[in-house]
Amino acid sequence: MNDMTRVERTVDSKAIKIAAKKVQVYYGETHAIKDVDVEIEDKTVTAFIGPSGCGKSTFLRCLNRMNDTIDICRVKGDILLDGEDIYDKRVDPVQLRAKVGMVFQKPNPFPKSIYDNVAYGPRIHGLAKNKAELDEIVEKSLRRGAIWDEVKDRLDAPGTGLSGGQQQRLCIARAIATAPEVLLMDEPCSALDPIATAQVEELIDELRSRYSVVIVTHSMQQAARVSQKTAFFHLGNLVEFGETGQIFTNPEDPRTESYITGRIG
Amino acid sequence: MALSWLLLILLALAVIGYFAGRSRALASAGGDTRDLHSLPSYYGYNVALSALVPALVVLIIWLLVQPMIVNSTVSGIIPDQAIPEGSNRGLIMSEVRRVANGLEGAVASGAMTEAQAQDGSADIETLTKTLKDAGQVLTQDITQPILVAAQKFRSMTSTGTVAMQVVVLALALLGAAFAYVRTHKEFRARNVVEQGVLALLLLAASIAILTTVGIVLSMLFETMNFFQLHSWKDFFFGSTWAPNFRGGSELSILPLLWGTLYISLIALLVAVPIGLFAAIYLSEYASGATRAIAKPLLEILAGIPTIVYGLFALLTVGPALVSMFGQGGTLGVGWMASSNAVLTAGLVMGIMLIPFVSSLSDDIINAVPQSMRDGSLGLGATHSETVRSVILPAALPGIVGAVLLAASRAIGETMIVVMAAGAIAKFSGNPFEAMTTITTRIVSQLTGDTDFASPETLVAFALGLTLFIITLGLNIFALYIVRKYREQYE
Ligand SMILES: Nc1ncnc2c1ncn2[C@@H]1O[C@H](COP(=O)(O)OP(=O)(O)O)[C@@H](O)[C@H]1O
Ligand SMILES: [Mg+2]
Repeated sequence: MNDMTRVERTVDSKAIKIAAKKVQVYYGETHAIKDVDVEIEDKTVTAFIGPSGCGKSTFLRCLNRMNDTIDICRVKGDILLDGEDIYDKRVDPVQLRAKVGMVFQKPNPFPKSIYDNVAYGPRIHGLAKNKAELDEIVEKSLRRGAIWDEVKDRLDAPGTGLSGGQQQRLCIARAIATAPEVLLMDEPCSALDPIATAQVEELIDELRSRYSVVIVTHSMQQAARVSQKTAFFHLGNLVEFGETGQIFTNPEDPRTESYITGRIG
Repeated sequence: MALSWLLLILLALAVIGYFAGRSRALASAGGDTRDLHSLPSYYGYNVALSALVPALVVLIIWLLVQPMIVNSTVSGIIPDQAIPEGSNRGLIMSEVRRVANGLEGAVASGAMTEAQAQDGSADIETLTKTLKDAGQVLTQDITQPILVAAQKFRSMTSTGTVAMQVVVLALALLGAAFAYVRTHKEFRARNVVEQGVLALLLLAASIAILTTVGIVLSMLFETMNFFQLHSWKDFFFGSTWAPNFRGGSELSILPLLWGTLYISLIALLVAVPIGLFAAIYLSEYASGATRAIAKPLLEILAGIPTIVYGLFALLTVGPALVSMFGQGGTLGVGWMASSNAVLTAGLVMGIMLIPFVSSLSDDIINAVPQSMRDGSLGLGATHSETVRSVILPAALPGIVGAVLLAASRAIGETMIVVMAAGAIAKFSGNPFEAMTTITTRIVSQLTGDTDFASPETLVAFALGLTLFIITLGLNIFALYIVRKYREQYE
């Protein structure tokens, strides 16, 4: 577990991007998230870890209101983005999701060309005045997604024809194209091979300079490698939240310790 | 002995064979079932099947072949002079069969003795009278050659039947005896029975396929007969459909094909948008409860017999259209003269196809993975933007396949066009005019008095075969597209 010390930990505190207070989530009768308080900083990678079924994805999906698309799901409590309640009636979830982008577990490029995949968000939000501007957004996003060099000669080829790792970086580029402030990633590497995983992890580290990144991961090594803050979830509770180094080397809660030493999970 | 008796005897033999085989197997193992290779019942089934299957197969083949042989022999003994002007051998043969049946019936009811029925020199008039008094149906006057042929027909049939019974029973006994003798505790009855069952299943499957091949072949032969009587150039490239039973018909498929395609086009223009929108609503917007009610309802629509749609066209849609577009109608345009029109048939056929299109498209839209929707919604697209820009494009190939399947149904549809499209074959772009289709012309050429030697009748087979090939091609193409699409997400 030498990787743990690899990322240099900036301890100086940054602006709070998202603040969640007393969040409860119910699927029908099931109480999936219980009383979660968490503060996510800007320009930081925050990792959510925990055994499967503990509610990591559920909580992540609260942050861009993707849970609204599930009929039986109810969210209570406050989630503030830059101090504004995102569950307020005046907030349009559709606008919110452009600001809080999401990358999913399985790469899900649309069955369209690579160009159209990336241009999809800017087009529906009217971010480009003309074709030249759109081209520029597409190129910039693909560059930030660290995939430009691989696809620049075949922007018209279908996005579904890329390899798994390329598809996932395309999906990240697609999310970046709507100029988000926060990027949510739900186990973005779980369908990728080790090489593609390394590429995506490197990319996440670069993204930190511009965005606030929240990543759900199954792999503790990955959390240790890419994140500065780590939150440990267990049975719908947020058990521990703190500096990644702290959580992995000196956890306060015995449940956290059992999990990272492999006794629960 | 009637056929049912024969079957009963066969069954009884099988049952007896079952118990005999079973007990013989048990006896050979000294009563201990564990010493047997298979369960005792398998030995029983083996004997029963050995008795039944060969006998039944021979019985079926015999029943199919005997009438052919009898017919051809008897028709050979009718002299050419005995066929009157304007008739043919086929017609005479059906008269022969009628007389033979009449004799059979008369003997059975006691109106005539067997000797009288077989008397080749009997007085025709008395015979006719006796038969008529006995209530037998005769359409034509009996002549001497017909009587002789009928008597030959009767004697051949009855000899054949007796021979069949003997052969079938002998086979059953032989089969049972063979299997019975082989029954021994070492005998692998289970494997043999399994193989027998497999053979039966295979037989069932091949009957379905062979029947299809048979249908196509018979159409093909009749079509070839047609092309010997009528030029293929006129059929495929002529411009007029004018059948005339006195000869000199012009029988071109093109005007009919035009009518078929025009009506199908209107039907698709109705069915595709409505069906597709219904599918989008059902799969993307409807709540679980609505879906649970609406989907079966739509599918019930698909089960309505097309003749009912035909009545709907005839009684409701046609008159409604006339009152709108006809002389003195609401629109005051006077375009539509009669309720039989391309538009009427197309509209109703479109309604018929709506559930077909919607249920196929619904399946296809549901097959688009949830991750596509999440991806689009996660980028801040609204629900309808997601449907329009992601789901429909992703589902497009499958939807095209569904539309092609719908088109092939429209092209082959008969009842609605028979009742609502009219009977005039012509090239015209006016949807308010009556037109006719391939299917309606097949019906009309084959109904009523038909003579299977004239091109006017045989053309029906050529039309049918062409239609079959068109729809088959469409179906294969559509299924190919749909399947390819399904693989994409698996
Ligand atoms: N769409 C849903 N409907 C009902 N229950 C759900 C749904 N999604 C998740 N859950 C439940 O919520 C709990 C948390 O699930 P999830 O957030 O997916 O866990 P994780 O991502 O940590 O593996 C689980 O018990 C799961 O069964
Ligand atoms: Mg999850």
